[in-house]
Amino acid sequence: MTASIIKLSTTAEDHHIARMAAVALGLTILENAIPSPLPGVKPGLANIVTLIVLARYGWRTAAWVSLLRVVAGSLLFGNFLTPGFFLSLSGAVLSLIVLAFARHLPARWFGPVSHSIYAAFAHITGQMLVVYLWLIPHAGIAYLIPIFATAALVFGAVNGLIAARFMDDKTIYPQITQIHTD
Amino acid sequence: MYGAALQHIKPGDWLTLLLSSLFVVALTLTLWSGDLADKAIIRSGGKIFREVPLSPDQQIEVPGPLGISIISIQQRKARIASDPSPRQYCVRQGWLQQAGEIALCLPNQVSVELAGSKKKYDSLNY
Repeated sequence: MTASIIKLSTTAEDHHIARMAAVALGLTILENAIPSPLPGVKPGLANIVTLIVLARYGWRTAAWVSLLRVVAGSLLFGNFLTPGFFLSLSGAVLSLIVLAFARHLPARWFGPVSHSIYAAFAHITGQMLVVYLWLIPHAGIAYLIPIFATAALVFGAVNGLIAARFMDDKTIYPQITQIHTD
Repeated sequence: MYGAALQHIKPGDWLTLLLSSLFVVALTLTLWSGDLADKAIIRSGGKIFREVPLSPDQQIEVPGPLGISIISIQQRKARIASDPSPRQYCVRQGWLQQAGEIALCLPNQVSVELAGSKKKYDSLNY
C-alpha cells in the first residue's frame, strides 16, 4: 500500500482563524465546568473572542471563528447533530446576523458592550425559536423567556466589557497583531 | 477598578443597557403576570355543581359517588380541603390562585376550576 499524503494549501489567514477558534474552544470547555442553575443559562465566554475578532478583523473572520467553534466544540463534547448542537448553531447564526448590522453602528457612540448585548439577545432568540419550533412546541416555554432574557442582558454586558478591556490592553494587543501577521 | 471598567462603556452603550433593561422588565411583566381568577367553577360528575365568587371565604361540601369533597375558599384562593378519593392528588395540589388552574378528584368526580375574566384555552388541536 502506498502512502498517500493529502496536503491542503493553507494561508496565513486560515492559521489565524484556526488559532482564534482554538481560543474560543478553550473558553467553551472552561465554561462547561461551571455549573448552571438552569440548562441554557451560560456566560458564553467564547463570544468574547468573537467580539474581539469582529472588531479587529471584520465580520467574515468572526463568522468563521464562531461557526468553527460551534462545530468543533460539538465534536469535542460528542453532541454533533444533536439538539444541543442545533441550539448552539441557531444561536451563533442569529448572533452573527445581528452583529453584521450592529457593527455598523457609529463607533464613536457604540462599543463592544452594545454589540455583545445585541448578540446575546439574538443568541437567545435563535435558541428559543429552535426550542419552540422543533423541541418543545408549547407556549409554556414563554415562562422561561424572562430568565433567559435577563441572563442575556447580564452576560452580554459583562462579555462586552471583558472584550473592550482586552482590546484596550496595550500589553495584549501586540500579541494579537503578531498572531495576525506571522 | 470599577472606573476602569466603566470607561469602556460609551454613551450609546448606556442607551443600549437602558433600553435592554426596559425590554427585559416589560417582557417579565407581560409573560409572568398570570390572569388572576375571579370565580371558582365546581363540577361534580361532569356537571357544574356551583359557580362561586372568590371573595367571601367559605367551605363548600360537594357530594360525589364516594362521598363528600370539601372545597375551601380563602383570600381569593381555592383548594380541595378533603376528599374521599384514595390517592389524594387533588388535595395535595394545594391552593389554586390563577385563572385556568384545575384540581380534579378521581374517582370522586369532583373538580374545581378557577376562571378569570377571559377564558384561556387549555389545549389546542390542529
